[in-house]
Amino acid sequence: MRTVELLVVGGGPAGLCAAIQAAEMGSSVILVERSQHLGGQLIKQTHMFFGSEKQYASKRGFDISNILLDKIASLEKITLMQSTTVMGIYEDGVVTLEHKGEYIKVLPKATIVATGASEKTLAFPNNDLPGIYGAGAVQTLMNEYGIKPGNRVVMVGAGNIGLIVSYQLMQAGVEVAAIVEGGPKIGGYLVHASKVRRMGVPILTRHTIKSAHGKEVLEKVTLWQLDDQWNGIPGTEIEFGVDVMCIAVGLAPLSELLWQAGCQMKFIESLGGYVPTRDENLQTSVKGLFVAGDVSGVEEASSAMVEGYLAGMSAASYLGYKLYNMNEVKENLLNQLDSLRHGQMGEKIRKGIAELQIEHEAAASVDA
Amino acid sequence: MRIEQHPILDFKRGKKITFTFDGKQMKGYEGETIAAALHAAGVKSLSHSIHLHRPRGLYCAIGNCASCIMEVNGEPNVRICVEPLIDGMVVNTQSGKGELK
Repeated sequence: MRTVELLVVGGGPAGLCAAIQAAEMGSSVILVERSQHLGGQLIKQTHMFFGSEKQYASKRGFDISNILLDKIASLEKITLMQSTTVMGIYEDGVVTLEHKGEYIKVLPKATIVATGASEKTLAFPNNDLPGIYGAGAVQTLMNEYGIKPGNRVVMVGAGNIGLIVSYQLMQAGVEVAAIVEGGPKIGGYLVHASKVRRMGVPILTRHTIKSAHGKEVLEKVTLWQLDDQWNGIPGTEIEFGVDVMCIAVGLAPLSELLWQAGCQMKFIESLGGYVPTRDENLQTSVKGLFVAGDVSGVEEASSAMVEGYLAGMSAASYLGYKLYNMNEVKENLLNQLDSLRHGQMGEKIRKGIAELQIEHEAAASVDA
Repeated sequence: MRIEQHPILDFKRGKKITFTFDGKQMKGYEGETIAAALHAAGVKSLSHSIHLHRPRGLYCAIGNCASCIMEVNGEPNVRICVEPLIDGMVVNTQSGKGELK
């Protein structure tokens, strides 16, 4: 059995920042990542980030990932375990891992779960045809491996991911036939929407997929218009001959480990599904178990990084490591989160998070 | 369908290697996944649903959805979207659930 002060599960933006913060405060850290690469979804983000300088705004996702990885490499307190999957969290705190066929047991004093989220799908006839991808898969193929998913695509979802990935598809030389959005309005930022519209891509709001067609692979898509009750209107069908459909209808937290650990969970629609209750320091209802990033509520990489720093600091503090200006740093991180959660969408996220707040006894908090 | 020119990204591909897919010789690059190499060769139908045998392709590409499982070097249920391609690999379309040895 290996022992460690802090185990961080997930090497995406939240997990990387959590490990950095905790190691800088003096804690020993094992960072476990299922994939062979660290950086999570950052490594396939070719667009420049918003937010403020503190969250690396105006830098591209893959550059941010490199900055964080350089930092990780400079910290001796961090042990990296890539190609390693967490199998389970047990009642006595033991966490079991699988690494290339080897079974490993770890007993950490504290754990941060930063497992991220997975793509949601959409129900329509033939939605399982090859050629229908989640938006993340299209990004992986194009931006990580340099492979086109096909020649012509219908994008489903006009949130930020749908808009950004449409633009990335065009950069890779794929024709975007249309962007389809079930809601009455474009969900993503106007700046992204106008960019794809300027390139001649129609954004069809109040439309959805009626059916996909094809034998072995996707060949054609039928769309139709929706009424105010979200029912399809017969006679409004439009067909597109496409070999790719990209589904960008949101993400759901990858919360299996939190359920297994016995965390109190609540269904919050605006955060993507079931998410853990937590205190201000991102400690869940299970003592010593912290969360950060999309697994605690689906947002963006920028807020995932800030949550990572906060969870890292809270876990280090829980382990007895302190900063002389910890309250100041904490306030600064909370302010960053507040400013990232502005606007209409941010309002929903703030409301959702407010429903999840719990209090721990003083001994477990950063302020102790 | 590999992207040769991109306005932002510069793809550094590894050594060219060979593998077989359903008995056919194919080429890919070191450092990419089996799914990436198959996709580049235009292979999109990867697995089949157990009861209705409907074709299934890549959906999540990060090892979550199990829509891409294949038999690799005789081992069934390998998620090829996260399995690195290795020179000489034998990749086969899987029929059924696969057997534990």
